[in-house]
Amino acid sequence: MNQLVKRIKERYSYAWTVLRGLVKTDFKLRYQGSFLGVAWSVLKPLMLFCVMYLVFAKFLRMSDGTPTYPVVLLLGISSWQFVTESTNVGLRSVVDRGDLLRKIHFPNYIVVVSATVGALISFGINLLVVLVFAIFSRVKFTWDVLWVPLNVVELYAATLAITLLMATMYVYFRDIAQIWEVLQQLIFYAMPIIYPLLYVTQHGGPLASLARLELLNPFAQIIQDIRHNLIAPETQPTIWNQFSNWGVRLVPLVLTALALWLSIYLFRRNSRKFAEVM
Amino acid sequence: MTYQQDERMTVRRNFEDAPVVLSVDHISKSFKLPTEQATGLKQAVINWTKGIKGFRRLDVLKDISFEVHQGEFFGIVGRNGGGKSTLLKLISQIYYPETGQISVTGKLVPFIELGVGFNPELTGRENVYLNGALLGFTHEQVDGMYDDIVEFAELQDFMDQKLKNYSSGMQVRLAFSVAIKAQGDILVLDEVLAVGDEAFQRKCDDFFTEIKKDPTKTVILVTHDMNSVKRYCSRALMIADGEVEAAGDPETVSQQYTLANLAVQRAEEKQRREARGGYANGLNERCPILRTSAVSSQVCSGEEPFVFDVEYQYDEPGDFYLAIALHDTRRGGITYDTGAKVFRVRQHGHHTIRFSLPLDAFNNGEFRLITSLRTPMANDPRGTDAVGVALDENSCSFAIRNDRNDEYALLSDRALVMTPVDDSLIETVHYEAANIEDSAAEHAVERAGGIASGRTDERTDGIA
Repeated sequence: MNQLVKRIKERYSYAWTVLRGLVKTDFKLRYQGSFLGVAWSVLKPLMLFCVMYLVFAKFLRMSDGTPTYPVVLLLGISSWQFVTESTNVGLRSVVDRGDLLRKIHFPNYIVVVSATVGALISFGINLLVVLVFAIFSRVKFTWDVLWVPLNVVELYAATLAITLLMATMYVYFRDIAQIWEVLQQLIFYAMPIIYPLLYVTQHGGPLASLARLELLNPFAQIIQDIRHNLIAPETQPTIWNQFSNWGVRLVPLVLTALALWLSIYLFRRNSRKFAEVM
Repeated sequence: MTYQQDERMTVRRNFEDAPVVLSVDHISKSFKLPTEQATGLKQAVINWTKGIKGFRRLDVLKDISFEVHQGEFFGIVGRNGGGKSTLLKLISQIYYPETGQISVTGKLVPFIELGVGFNPELTGRENVYLNGALLGFTHEQVDGMYDDIVEFAELQDFMDQKLKNYSSGMQVRLAFSVAIKAQGDILVLDEVLAVGDEAFQRKCDDFFTEIKKDPTKTVILVTHDMNSVKRYCSRALMIADGEVEAAGDPETVSQQYTLANLAVQRAEEKQRREARGGYANGLNERCPILRTSAVSSQVCSGEEPFVFDVEYQYDEPGDFYLAIALHDTRRGGITYDTGAKVFRVRQHGHHTIRFSLPLDAFNNGEFRLITSLRTPMANDPRGTDAVGVALDENSCSFAIRNDRNDEYALLSDRALVMTPVDDSLIETVHYEAANIEDSAAEHAVERAGGIASGRTDERTDGIA
């Protein structure tokens, strides 16, 4: 066992060192030259959330009828923000770091991972801000909260899969950046994030009966799980309380695993050529 | 001198016994170069319908094999575009070979370019740590090297300044210090010697001499500078057109490299000559032939006068003159000149004239005779115009080699002796012949090295 740990350590120590260096630098440079500096990483989501809270909860009065809905909304949006931030930065990471990849040999998946880790840090801070909102909204936390870390792991896995895939393709086809931007919007509106799932079931017309299928999308499944487990176990529909068939329940998980495997496979196969192609 | 040679030989023999740390085994590499500039969908469809491939294959390296042993200082030389950098990138595992195997034992630290990942918005200190991290050194490991790096770069007072506030020289110094103070087992350096001011260059020089002695550190150096190859390398490899052209001891390899460069120069000269309508550099239709050629041996003892011929062709009416200048190619300057209007030629047409030049006054050296054919100026009775000059292959080079001679100064003691007017405080000492020869050789080698690498040492300082 010890032997195994040691071998893993040896194998990944270089990658770990590079990752730490890159993430630290990115974080240092993010608010470079601003007066408030790192404080922005908390201030910005706080201010954005205030805006969203006012727009969605007070003006548009979007609600599923529960007082916790605004917090649920924030949680959903910030989870999706993690996905978009890491894919949008990660997509270009291989090309943007081309200067490094052409000059030194290091495990080059690290540039993609460092982009997603950067987004993960922002996500962590956002989650803390959401928690503050949740406490103010008198949310009653349950033991389901213990599932949240597992949900976040799944979210990270799914996001990393998409990011690796996009980053690989972007090296060869720059069009991917445009395509992904459109696709991203499509995925966003095909998930019950800014609207409650109930809304589609009630106003969806002929498609109403298919509304539940939105939950088969891994991102929808994960974000709903996080909302369910962290804030509102009674009201949030998840794949686990909407479907009883395990074959259906496992679809998003299997999709995530498959995507991760495929993306790692493709990235590894192509990454040797990155330095030459760019 | 023989002792030194012996020592070097034993050092070399030891490398053979040392374990192989880098083995390059029959590797080949080619690149696809797109032939069309446009790479969009439109061009792809057009190419596809026309059956055009859209790229051509360029073989950069063909079946290269060599081994580097632990502790060696291994030089890779070659002309631009010969595949050196590709080889270096293959060694550094940035590219992957198409066929063949490269195996590395130990930690290889590549410096294809200095200051990779340097960020202008970070401080010098942060950049050192980032650069270290990219090379695979943990924070603690960089801590251990940090003081050395800063001291070597001479930037103690600037480490907390942002890199964008550094001068470019300071940036390069910092990058170079990280490069050579990084505690890797194999150091790969690409053309990085020519940085910094004289003092810094000397430090680098010391460092290379030092690392050469360390049996655990292996250095692979890619360079154009033959002097650094001769000075530091234990073995060298020359690459031309993707193949190993020469491998082995640095003297031989650098000679081959020089020869290859000369061949290219000659080809270029030929091209220029064709562009000029067949006339050699310096000649023209008025004076189609002007050549200085040795009659005596081109390596001479200096005890006999040097005899050479000047062949000319000039058919225009009126007086004309031959002027011959003796250039000292090693020390520089013009040693002697006949004067422009001294040798009036009696006959027009195509003739050859023999001259003799006594060399007794000179020490060892390399000289060149350059002849020009001149006509008097119409408005200035003293001035002349050069009609033709015998340059390049039409000039005549020769060298004086004699044990009785010194290397350093141009004039020998036979020609000139300086004496103290009052010898109460001066005792004139005459060294043994062998001693003189040794120190003279040293002078010559150091001077040649200093000039070529842009480095000036105390002795040349004194002269300047």
